[in-house]
Amino acid sequence: MSTNAKAYGILAEYDTPADIMHAAEKVRDAGFRKWDVFTPFPIHGMDHAMGLKNSKVGWFGFCGGVCGYTTGMLLIWFCNAFDYPLIVGGKPMFSPFSAFPPSYELTILFTAFGSIGGMMFLNKLPRLHHPLLKHGRFAQATHDKYFLVIETDDVKYSEAETRKLLEATGSKHIEMVEE
Amino acid sequence: MAAEKQIQAPFAPAELAREPLVNNNRSVGWISDQVSAITEGKTPTWWWAAFVPSFLMMCLLGCMLIYKCSVGVGVWGNNHPTMWGWDIINFVWWIGIGHAGTLISAILFLLRQKWRTGVNRAAEAMTIFAVMCAGIYPALHTGREWLDWFLFPIPTSNSLWPQFRSPLMWDVFAVSTYFTVSCLFWYTGLVPDLAILRDRSKTKIRKFLYGLFALGWTGSNRHWSNYEKCYLILAGVSTPLVLSVHSIVSLDFAVSQLPGWHTTIFPPYFVAGAIFSGFGMVLTLLIPLRKMCKLEDIITMRHIDLMCKVTLATGSIVGYAYIMELFIAWYSGSPYERYAFLNRIHGPYAWGYWTMMSCNVLLPQLFWFKKIRQNLLVVFIASILVNIGMWFERFVIIVISLHRDFLPSNWGYFAPTWVDICTFLGTFGLFFTLFLLFMRFLPMIAVSEVKGVTPQADPHHSLGGAPEGGPH
Repeated sequence: MSTNAKAYGILAEYDTPADIMHAAEKVRDAGFRKWDVFTPFPIHGMDHAMGLKNSKVGWFGFCGGVCGYTTGMLLIWFCNAFDYPLIVGGKPMFSPFSAFPPSYELTILFTAFGSIGGMMFLNKLPRLHHPLLKHGRFAQATHDKYFLVIETDDVKYSEAETRKLLEATGSKHIEMVEE
Repeated sequence: MAAEKQIQAPFAPAELAREPLVNNNRSVGWISDQVSAITEGKTPTWWWAAFVPSFLMMCLLGCMLIYKCSVGVGVWGNNHPTMWGWDIINFVWWIGIGHAGTLISAILFLLRQKWRTGVNRAAEAMTIFAVMCAGIYPALHTGREWLDWFLFPIPTSNSLWPQFRSPLMWDVFAVSTYFTVSCLFWYTGLVPDLAILRDRSKTKIRKFLYGLFALGWTGSNRHWSNYEKCYLILAGVSTPLVLSVHSIVSLDFAVSQLPGWHTTIFPPYFVAGAIFSGFGMVLTLLIPLRKMCKLEDIITMRHIDLMCKVTLATGSIVGYAYIMELFIAWYSGSPYERYAFLNRIHGPYAWGYWTMMSCNVLLPQLFWFKKIRQNLLVVFIASILVNIGMWFERFVIIVISLHRDFLPSNWGYFAPTWVDICTFLGTFGLFFTLFLLFMRFLPMIAVSEVKGVTPQADPHHSLGGAPEGGPH
């Protein structure tokens, strides 16, 4: 590790999902805040092991859906009943029934955009640079290895103590990652 | 207590072993190696052998569309009284094929059918490409396609707005939403797998491109948590979406007054038929691909078996709908309605009706037998026949209903032109070109999802690192 670069965090590698899950439980119980687990696939129960709350993406999707339905209904009313009313086949200018199918589709469309946008926003993606992505060994995180990273910014972080904690969780490989 | 346990031990119920989703106990790393290899190795000869004709057929499509746009809709066989011909048949057929992809990715996800992970990526790609092929037809059948933007509510100096009381307008919204949401769903699923390809890439250009589209995915669990919620919502909205799309397509017909079209059974019957034909296409694509790409351990015989069962179930629903249509035609007491159906059975197009009946109702009944579901050649041929049958279903509904309506003086006989035929062949070119490009450059299996359903991924399983005999 070169001396002039700032350390981003300490990285511990594990071989199985069970190992990393137990490690996450220990790190959670030690009271760390700025840390994360990196796995090739979502591990069932990891949110609990990390002490994460239910994701907020649902709210973004819900707001999107409400916007979509309202947009659909208002748009159709505006087009066919307000801005240019035109009698077609003796049908009412605006009816919630014939306006329903397009509004329903817009509800779905906006919910999809809302939840993907919300997911991107909460995850701070897209992100084209990340200190971990420069790290050679970390490329295995999308293959078949499991990593735990505690950031140096965490108030509880101290190089010796944190390393000891991670060693106690049974990690076979621990090293520092530069910013 | 200990003694009691010892006595009970020999009588403890044996744990029922579930058939594994990935055969031969393959490791998590093997899955990414095997799937990424398809995009990394030298282009196989069979790929070129499939790509060149597909590409030429796509060029044929381009020529046909240019010809049609410059000469007019008269180059197609559509004419009085059959004003909707192969254009709408092929539109409904292609969009129906797309439905299986969404069923696999969304409905089976909500039903927690974990086997979907082996086939969902390829099926979703199939959906998107099929909807592209479908979209060409309604866009061009308008006659003056340069005015297609009138379909969208865009303020213009004419102050005219689309007419939202027509099901054709609903269709515009349904199909465009379907295409957009399918692309979003597909891409969301692709992000973690693009990160796999990025992290394995050896060349700068691959690293840059996969890195760009992977959006900086790291596999962080804080990200996975939001990602999984987003995926659940997408599955939750795609389910009512896919059911609504073909329902709305069917309303294009059912809302009219024509005998043979004016039926309340259409929405569920169209949706079942769409899923039926879509599974036919998934089987047609995946049976050769699993062999060519050596994916037999991921797309296993169990996957084929389950897909055959879905085909059998939806084929039987379609069969029920055909018989119910006949019954209602008789029971309605309307002479026009009765005639429309008698004309299907023994009119000038009876051969079309009986092709439909045998391919869609009788043929899938073979899938009751496990021996047949396990015979790849039979399943492959049957899957093609299913799609032929479903094409004829749309032919029967559209052409046979239109060619003889209320007044015998209004009757006629429809035949397609060479442009109709070449355009249809051309859409196959487009479809296969896109599909071959997809499987060569993108992970055709949802790698991180397949990894997630293996026992190696389960922290409570001994293969996932849990102590042997520990609590499950």
